[in-house]
Formats: sequence, structure tokens, C-alpha cells
Amino acid sequence: MKKTCLHPQHTAQGALMSPFGGFDMPISYEGIEAEHRAVRTSVGVFDVSHMGEVLITGDQATMFVNYIFTGDVAPLEPGKVVYGMMLNDNGGVVDDLLVYKRDDNEYFLVINAANIDKDVSWIKSHADKYDVTVDDQCDYWAELAIQGPSAEKTIADVLGIDGSDLAFYTFKDLKASDGSPMVLSRTGYTGEDGFELYAEPHIIVEMWRRLMDAGVAPCGLGCRDTLRFEAGLPLYGDELTDTITPVEAGLGMFAKVDKEGFIGREALVAQKSEGVKQKVVGLEVEGRAIPRHGYDVLDAEGNKVGVITTGYHSITLDRNLAMALVDARCAALGTPLQVQVRRKVFPATVIKKRFYTPNYKK
Amino acid sequence: MTNVYYLPSHEYARVEGEIAYIGISKFAAEQLGNVVYVDMPEMDDDVVAGEEFGAIESVKAASDLFSPVSGAVVEINEELIDNPRLINEDPEAHWIIKVEMSDKSELEKLLSPEAYAKLCESEKH
Repeated sequence: MKKTCLHPQHTAQGALMSPFGGFDMPISYEGIEAEHRAVRTSVGVFDVSHMGEVLITGDQATMFVNYIFTGDVAPLEPGKVVYGMMLNDNGGVVDDLLVYKRDDNEYFLVINAANIDKDVSWIKSHADKYDVTVDDQCDYWAELAIQGPSAEKTIADVLGIDGSDLAFYTFKDLKASDGSPMVLSRTGYTGEDGFELYAEPHIIVEMWRRLMDAGVAPCGLGCRDTLRFEAGLPLYGDELTDTITPVEAGLGMFAKVDKEGFIGREALVAQKSEGVKQKVVGLEVEGRAIPRHGYDVLDAEGNKVGVITTGYHSITLDRNLAMALVDARCAALGTPLQVQVRRKVFPATVIKKRFYTPNYKK
Repeated sequence: MTNVYYLPSHEYARVEGEIAYIGISKFAAEQLGNVVYVDMPEMDDDVVAGEEFGAIESVKAASDLFSPVSGAVVEINEELIDNPRLINEDPEAHWIIKVEMSDKSELEKLLSPEAYAKLCESEKH
């Protein structure tokens, strides 16, 4: 199993460790609830060095990224970050990712750990026809996510990094104390304001140490999942897979079908005109039972109409909530459904899946 | 004489006469983290040794509960309905169900406190 550069710190700090995306990662330190609340109310730091990075450079970089990516990077100003997906020919999601635009000839892609090998092969297999270089930089970069309403102040006070000039979904290149490169973006996966910081492993280890000395809460992947879930953000493997399209996932706004040919476009155009068969929805479940990934969703008559993709007792909202992939005929807001929890069924209602309104710095 | 027995899946049975108080071990409670829900059977339900009788849920996940003994549920711990976290405070005091055993010889197949402690030690590494 792979380890991030901060693995010794996690074990020394007593984190509960578990495999995720091929890495031995921290799930929690003090506890998922305390870490979740730290991010919602002040600040927390995550080791997200398991994420993958790929640099695309060359005269046709813009054309190439636009061919493999659902977003339209051509009109973007340098310094912008855009969220979107890479699709297969059927419109299924190969991965969801962030694209950082340095200029028309250079793009920095951030991909999911579990998909690194698949994505790098996928990107390279389509690069032949373009004048581009694909550089797998996954082993070069380590990454921290500093998230929460005090994130800007924390990186200024503790790390001496000024993020105040960054708007949401923008980034800038910086230099570490030894001159090595760093990338700072105002992005995250928590539904709060925050930053993601990429640097060489020895720099990240030093920054982690300073953040710990300053009392910033270390946060594990446990609360990363409960936080992103409340904000209605998808996790690849749950709400997005190679058989779920962005339109079905309710993320059609990130697929710019007006853009010239990109992989998977035809399938999305067809779905947008003919309608989809399945859809990811939000559910509120009555009673005390907690809906979990994989549980069956039933219609009011008891017929199976879908499956829970993610479910929790929401820490911020104190309600039993879920995202579920259901038949499109059951996807309208207010539709009464049921969830099978072990031997019993519990009533549920379709609601908007952005359960918690994010506090982004626009 | 010992009256506490364990399953390798971390449930205990504390035996008093014909009654077994069933709950989860301290080790299991620590591994789970904060308990947010306990799914219990109903009164008079039958439970079977080695089979699932409910579930205990942390923030992250649901874990099935297995019964160390067979018999009828004569009481469920209703305190846990509104306050499942009592299990984190003291899992041995806060049993989950009370079972009237139908076959006390089943206890011989369970782990002694010493054998169970060894199992926990090995799971830590």
C-alpha cells in the first residue's frame, strides 16, 4: 500500500488509519464529529497528498484538455480553476477532476487517488493526436487542504502565505522558502471557504508541523466525507462511476455540451434531449435508522427503484440524509420513497441534495 | 467463577442465572468511535447464537451485532434509544439486550475474558 509523506505523523499522532484509493490514510484523529465541527466553525487541515497531479503542456494543450474534459477551458483566464469530468464514449465518468489553467499552453490536472493509473493511461492514450506533453507528477507533489472560515487567517498567521487575493476557484504559483514551487488555490471539498496547497513533500511535512504547533485541528478522510456529503458534492465511486453520466449525477452544468466535440459529448446530448433513466437525488429519511451506501431504495409500493450512494446522520444538520441513484420517474422533489434498513423499511422523501448551503468566498 | 463470555466479533454475554446481558466490549466501543444509533430487536424476538440480531452505528458505518447465545429477548435497553452514546461511556454497564437463554451449553463455545483479551491484543497489531 502507498503512503503519503505525512504517514509517520499520522501514526505518531494516533490517527485511525484505513486504506483509501490505494493509500494508507488517516480516517480520524480526535473523532469524525469534532473534526467536522472544526472545519464548519473554524479551521482544520487535511493531508490530501494521495490526490494525483498531471501536467499538460504544449501548443495544443487547450485543444487537448477540451477534448478529454467536460468543461470549456478555452475562454478561461490564466489563474482560474474549473471542476469537471473526463468521460468515456458512453458519457460515463472516468474521473472527476480540477483543471488549473496557467496559460493556453499549460494545465495542471488534479485527479482522484483511486483513479491515478487509469486516468494517466486514459490521458496518454488520447494525447497522440495532439502536440502536447503529458507529465505524471503524482509522486512529485504533496498536498494539504486547509479548510474552514478561518483558513485565510490561518495560512497567513501560521504559514506566512497570503491567500486574501484569491477568489473562489482561482490559484497562484508561489515559491517555498527553499525556492521550490508551490501552488495555492482557493478550492476545497468541504462546503466551506478554504485552500489547497501543493508543494514538495519536505515542505508539506514542515507546514504540517507548524500547523500542529499552532493548534490547527488535524482532520481525516472520515470528516472529509461527511463534509462533502452535506454540501452535496459527489465522491467518485459513490455518486460518480463509469456507468453514471454527469447528467444522471445532477452535475450537467459541469458538462459544456455546447462545446465542440469532447469524449462522451454525443451521449450527453442524447440524454439531455431524451431524458435520463436514472438520477442521483437527495433523500431525507424518517425515523432513527441511518441510510448507508448500498441500501435499497423502494417506491411507496415497495418496489426497488434505486440504491443509496452515500448516507449519514448529518453532523451539522442532525437529520438522516442520503444521496441515492434512483429511477428517473422517482426523482422529482417531494416524491415519497422508502429505504430498506436491514429488516425494516423507513419512509423517505426526495429533497435537494445540497443539504448544507456552502460558505464559499466568492 | 467467570460469568462473562465473548464472541470474536466483540459482543459479550454477561450471565446471571438463565439470563444473558448482551452488549459490545470496551475494545469494540473504542474502535467504533461515537455511537450514533443502536438498532435493536423487539421484545420477545428470538435470537440465535452466532447470528445477527441488530446493528450498532458510528458516524462512519453500521456494524452488525451478533448474539453470543440463543433465546428470547426479554428486555431491550431503552436508554440507548435516546442516548446511544452511553455505550461509549461504559459498554459493559450499558448492555443492549437481555436474553433468556434456551441452551446454556452454548456458552462453552464462547471465549473466556482471557482468550478474548488475547484476541484484542492481536487485532491491535
